[in-house]
Amino acid sequence: MRLTSAGLLAFARQAGTILVTLLGLLVLTFAIGRLMPVDPVRAIVGEEADPATYQQVYEELGMDRPVYVQFARYLGDTLRGDFGTSLRTGQPVAEDIAAVMPATIELATFAILLGAGLGIPLGVWAAVRKNQPTDHVVRVVTLLGHSMPIFWTGMIGLIVFYAWLGWVGGGGRVSDFYDGMVDPVTGFLLIDSAIAGDWDVFWDALNHLILPASILGLASLAYITRMTRSFMLDQLNQEYITTARVKGLSFGRTIWGHAFANIRVQLVTIVALAYGGLLEGAVLIETVFSWPGFGQYMTNNMLTGDMNAVMTCVLLVGVIFIALNLLSDLLYKVFDPRTR
Amino acid sequence: MTAVAMHPPLPSRLAGLRSAADYLGTIVRHLAGNASSLFGLVVISVLIVLAVFAPLIATQDPYLQNLQDVLQPPSWAHFFGTDEVGRDVFSRIVYGSRITLTIIALVAVIVGPIGLAVGTLAGYFGGWFDTVLMRITDIFLSFPSLILSLAFVAALGAGLENAIVAIALTSWPPIARLARAETLTLRGTDYVAAAKLQGASSARIIWKQIVPMCMPSVLVRLTLSMATVILTAAGLGFLGLGAQPPLPEWGAMIAIGRRYMLESWWLVAFPGGAILAVSLAFNLIGDGLRDALDPKQRRGRH
Repeated sequence: MRLTSAGLLAFARQAGTILVTLLGLLVLTFAIGRLMPVDPVRAIVGEEADPATYQQVYEELGMDRPVYVQFARYLGDTLRGDFGTSLRTGQPVAEDIAAVMPATIELATFAILLGAGLGIPLGVWAAVRKNQPTDHVVRVVTLLGHSMPIFWTGMIGLIVFYAWLGWVGGGGRVSDFYDGMVDPVTGFLLIDSAIAGDWDVFWDALNHLILPASILGLASLAYITRMTRSFMLDQLNQEYITTARVKGLSFGRTIWGHAFANIRVQLVTIVALAYGGLLEGAVLIETVFSWPGFGQYMTNNMLTGDMNAVMTCVLLVGVIFIALNLLSDLLYKVFDPRTR
Repeated sequence: MTAVAMHPPLPSRLAGLRSAADYLGTIVRHLAGNASSLFGLVVISVLIVLAVFAPLIATQDPYLQNLQDVLQPPSWAHFFGTDEVGRDVFSRIVYGSRITLTIIALVAVIVGPIGLAVGTLAGYFGGWFDTVLMRITDIFLSFPSLILSLAFVAALGAGLENAIVAIALTSWPPIARLARAETLTLRGTDYVAAAKLQGASSARIIWKQIVPMCMPSVLVRLTLSMATVILTAAGLGFLGLGAQPPLPEWGAMIAIGRRYMLESWWLVAFPGGAILAVSLAFNLIGDGLRDALDPKQRRGRH
């Protein structure tokens, strides 16, 4: 790509837009924090504190200053990477989140592998067999996956595969017996237990992971399948497909070598967005499976009104989504020559 | 910058039709002709009948406890079994339909006007005003709806009313986007120019000329988002941030049933089945609506 003045201008505009969006996001989280029905001073000093202590902390927190000064302070703290202390755990919020994130990433990564690994072939298959029984079955399955309350699916899964059939482990990341047996190196239990060579823990952890990951994956499967089918149909309707077939190219080569090759960029962006979308499902699935990850951390903080932690969690989700959207825009620009 | 969108944008081929009522009649006739959207319509009708005639359909008082009859499996006396304090699950689900319907109706009533106002004003006036409103819309769109609703409920306090407000606050951006797009095309039409030449004020043009033309597509888009609204409301209820017990809200019922689910599966299975049925119904109707609106792609995409 050659750098031109027009290109630079477009880049500057893009950067400006992102900055404004981030600022708006901070205004939003700040507003949520101020609206929360908790007294941040009371939460620090406790119920019994005398008025003098209360007043001191009140001023330390800058609560006596105008709202815009408080916002500027929040902005400054955030930019320096200071997200405050969680009132519930007593730890810095950033440390808390760093500790719970691996569990969620482990869950979401398995889910997206299942979702994309099954969803893309299913979508291609449905597109090739358009309006035939296969297509209708795929359509029903994806609609069901898209309509199910995911926490309910999770519980039905636990009842059937854990309580009735006994095929998988129950809630949590490992059985109580194995809890804390492996030293956390990366925080990813599967990797840690493999490093330690503790295969009992590894298999137990995998056994606990498979059900929540499959159910989380089902939601992204529905989305990925629908999108793949739609992208494939766009390609299959074009004349180059007919040309390829007329020239004697085999059916499989036409589908995978030509049509599929052309939708790869679109698919990458869709999978990236679906990966972020799993955060939403993770909030519910982690609660169902007592999975000690980001979703559960966020929900617990919201239930207890832990202001700093709630604000930071919401901010993080917003930043992740803005980044993912940006990434998918960029991928288009880099890989699709027509947008240059 | 858009969030994950299940639905492609709706085409605005609605402009030529005479009135919204006319137009909706055409759409309903089309939906009734398609087996899967007909199923959706039937489920929604059943939901409305259950809600209206709940006292006649329910076999018991949904709040009546009977400690002799706790955690009974489904039987002829209790179609869907009984819960941990002996309440009849079937009757609670029947009454719960009123809550579901209330959520749907209230969210639609709040979201429609907000989305229309933001979208038409931004589209009509354009310039920096448009830019500011669309930036705000983008910020809201950059969140998954459940997480933003969770944040708002955390700010406002748990409860059914606040959950409805929170869901409404997260559901208006797609409507605003749509109304803006329609307004941008309508702004340049001859009849709007004619109204301007006659000396009509901006407020009058927006209210009398533009809003009525946006109505049909906004109504359709609202229907499409109802599946998400129902799942979000149930999710909030499940997490304990939405409707509070003893209200027979389906998500909240599942949250309590969770404690007993390994032995008493019916506490979880039936309320969840009800949520699934309603959200599936809205998705099927949504699919049908897309077909009705865009005959070119009928049975094609999605």
